[in-house]
Amino acid sequence: MPSADSRLRVRKQDAVVRVEFIDRNILDEANIQLISDEISRIIDQETSPKLLISFANVDHLSSAALGALITINNKVRNKSGQLRLASIDPQIYEVFVITRLNKLFQIHESPEDALKSFA
Amino acid sequence: MSTPRPSNPAQPPMSGKVVVRHNRHEVESVQNSLDAAMSAAGFSKASLFAVRLAFQEAIANAFNHGHKGLPHDTSATVEFSVTQRNVTIAVEDQGPGFQADAVADCTLDENLEIPRGRGVMLIRNYMSEVRYNAKGNRIEMVYIKPAPAP
Repeated sequence: MPSADSRLRVRKQDAVVRVEFIDRNILDEANIQLISDEISRIIDQETSPKLLISFANVDHLSSAALGALITINNKVRNKSGQLRLASIDPQIYEVFVITRLNKLFQIHESPEDALKSFA
Repeated sequence: MSTPRPSNPAQPPMSGKVVVRHNRHEVESVQNSLDAAMSAAGFSKASLFAVRLAFQEAIANAFNHGHKGLPHDTSATVEFSVTQRNVTIAVEDQGPGFQADAVADCTLDENLEIPRGRGVMLIRNYMSEVRYNAKGNRIEMVYIKPAPAP
């Protein structure tokens, strides 16, 4: 259950937990830690998590945010779950390409495409 | 006594030296100054994105790695200068320094899942020139405005 100071919008659609960011900039380490902790709690509650993280509102993210996503990905995989990312702005997608994290994550253009990809 | 030149309220400062503590609001304040100066100098949104990313990574490195073990309120110094052609930023922390070359290559397959170590790489990718002082506690970065598309 998101807390009142949550930086995320979370809703469950069928078996998939959809997560969106409230902030346009995901840069501040303390904020990233809160977001990471909140998503980790969601993963902990699911048996085999199907998680879709949408970046529709996000203009900027930092390497710390990438690190949080990697940690989330590892947690999802440890529970035999599936993680999808969607709606990443082209400038931010370039950050994924530069760091080669586009190879690690399954990234889709739209949430609809991502939803179809869950096994 | 010289007469001060009338200041143009629409023209933001194009250079500055600011002491910043590990505080989101202070970092954002410098970021906003940089954004305003770059916008006034005609830099594109893509350029603003690049410089913002590099600055955020540099200041995060200063506080999180440079100042590791030091009191939380230890300040870093940011100097910036924006011209029509380029942006120069220096971030100096008060830590013992680090060797940027010692950071593992995070793009290797075996390192892709390690959550840290991408800041320096992103700075090098987005900025035109990057150098450190010998001690390793000061980074100087230059962004050169790309030539307009023909």
